[in-house]
Amino acid sequence: MELISMKAHELHELIKKKEIKAEDIARAHIERIEETDRNINAFITFKPGEIIENAKKIDRYISKGGVVRDFTGIPISIKDNICVKDIRMTCASKILADYTSIYDATVIKKLNAQNYLLLGKANMDEFAMGSSNENSAFGPVKNPWDLERVPGGSSGGPAASVASFEAVCSLGSDTGGSIRMPAALCGVVGFKPTYGRVSRYGVVAFASSLDQIGPFGRDVTDCINLYNAISGHDELDSTSLDMKDKKDHEYKSGQGIKGMKVGVPKELMVKEVDSEVKASILNTIKILEKNGADIEETTLPSLEYALSVYYIIAPSEASSNLSRFDGVRYGYRDKDAQGLREMYRKTRAAGFGPEVRRRIMIGTYCLSSGYYDAYYEKAQKIRTLIINDFKKAFSKFDILVGPTSPTTAFRLGERMDDLLLMYLSDICTIPVNLAGIPAISIPCGLSSDKLPIGFQIMADTLREDNVFKAAHVLESEINWKITPKI
Amino acid sequence: MGKIINREDVIHISNLAEMDYGSDEIDEMTLQLDKIIEHVAKISEVDTGNVSPTSHVLDISNVLREDEPRQSVEPEEALKNAPESSADGFKIPKID
Repeated sequence: MELISMKAHELHELIKKKEIKAEDIARAHIERIEETDRNINAFITFKPGEIIENAKKIDRYISKGGVVRDFTGIPISIKDNICVKDIRMTCASKILADYTSIYDATVIKKLNAQNYLLLGKANMDEFAMGSSNENSAFGPVKNPWDLERVPGGSSGGPAASVASFEAVCSLGSDTGGSIRMPAALCGVVGFKPTYGRVSRYGVVAFASSLDQIGPFGRDVTDCINLYNAISGHDELDSTSLDMKDKKDHEYKSGQGIKGMKVGVPKELMVKEVDSEVKASILNTIKILEKNGADIEETTLPSLEYALSVYYIIAPSEASSNLSRFDGVRYGYRDKDAQGLREMYRKTRAAGFGPEVRRRIMIGTYCLSSGYYDAYYEKAQKIRTLIINDFKKAFSKFDILVGPTSPTTAFRLGERMDDLLLMYLSDICTIPVNLAGIPAISIPCGLSSDKLPIGFQIMADTLREDNVFKAAHVLESEINWKITPKI
Repeated sequence: MGKIINREDVIHISNLAEMDYGSDEIDEMTLQLDKIIEHVAKISEVDTGNVSPTSHVLDISNVLREDEPRQSVEPEEALKNAPESSADGFKIPKID
């Protein structure tokens, strides 16, 4: 079997038995990136020499009897909004084009403890704002299944790198669907954990109450293992969950779904969902039923407002978080400006791209005096209604299911002139972030033009186990093959 | 110009955000912002009379700890990414 087509857990077995070296795995992936990434553009920072050096270090560690853990020697791409010490981190923005991280994010510390192999920093929409990866100062990422189409966003680089066999796994961030949506469009598995399960320390804040780091893989097992590697309480993130007074539902593989109660919210099967996508989702639901799950249609009425609520809350938080980019402590500065205020204003005007500026403007407006109550506070009240709708649904159902994205991958440029159509791309993923619950996207079929379709599985807060159970059963029945055209 | 947002609003908001818009960009921004705000304004139709706003999605409380000194970022590390710095601080243009 070709090295680049193997999953992390398969490579792990070979490394453990010393049948293969980390260096060989690294070289195979470097070769692949050099061959395909000029077309895909999944990487912003990629340094083959350093990768080989690090792989050799890992091999020395193993030969001296070091413990081989799940991700020891496994090449992983990291979204370029996650800090890796002494490596450039751009957030795909001109304003951070020359920034070098001075510390490791907690997720990176955890992966370092396993001696993982950093492949490079992955492309994304600028500051994770976008649904197509076209808002990158480093150029758009192309979908490996069709180079004229988008990979989805904002974690387009992570998704495309895994789908094109450039990386084994990846870490992305998900604020309104930024892991699940590109996973769906690229035909890979992407998981967004319960809010607070994975430390946000060292991920550049976009919307702090919604952001969560999560894994990409080519199968469910790799996503579960990577999630287990990066999750856990962290005192450096005050929103990180301390599980000692909470029940942890550990997932054991092969549990099956007999008797599992599955709800299908009609608000996620909206008119925007393409008929082919809908057919594939209904088909996948039948597989759940065949395996013993009880299926029932349900309703979460307040989800109708989720998109509007999100496009108030996320830009509001972003407008506050991004105020730190002012040309003083790091990043780009307009050096010709006269005086401090002009420097701020010109630096931010030239440093941020159009979508980021737009969201700063939306957020600043919604938080401004006279409008706060009507927009931000009102949105937070409806968010409470959305959370309550989910709570009610999960008092009856173990999981909720539906499409991840209303359509398959769209053409580059197709939605760039229609903001609201672009925002609609996330209509099925946004409710999950507003409620803080876990959700996965797994590939469930191909459209007639040979593009992947994603199936979304959601569960109650801290019930990752239910997500994984259903995902594993579906995966074993669907027999998905990743066949990108590159 | 827009139904909800006009040019003056955009100029006011860009002042609050400390982010310049060229006079040629303001019209376009006014239209875009108006379109988005008009769309999200549909939340006004929801009855939220007795509903409290969400402050946190999970019920967790304040995290407190003893204030003990520990290793932090060294000044030279912190200054490494600065556009301009002197030996012990960030340099900024004249405050006007």
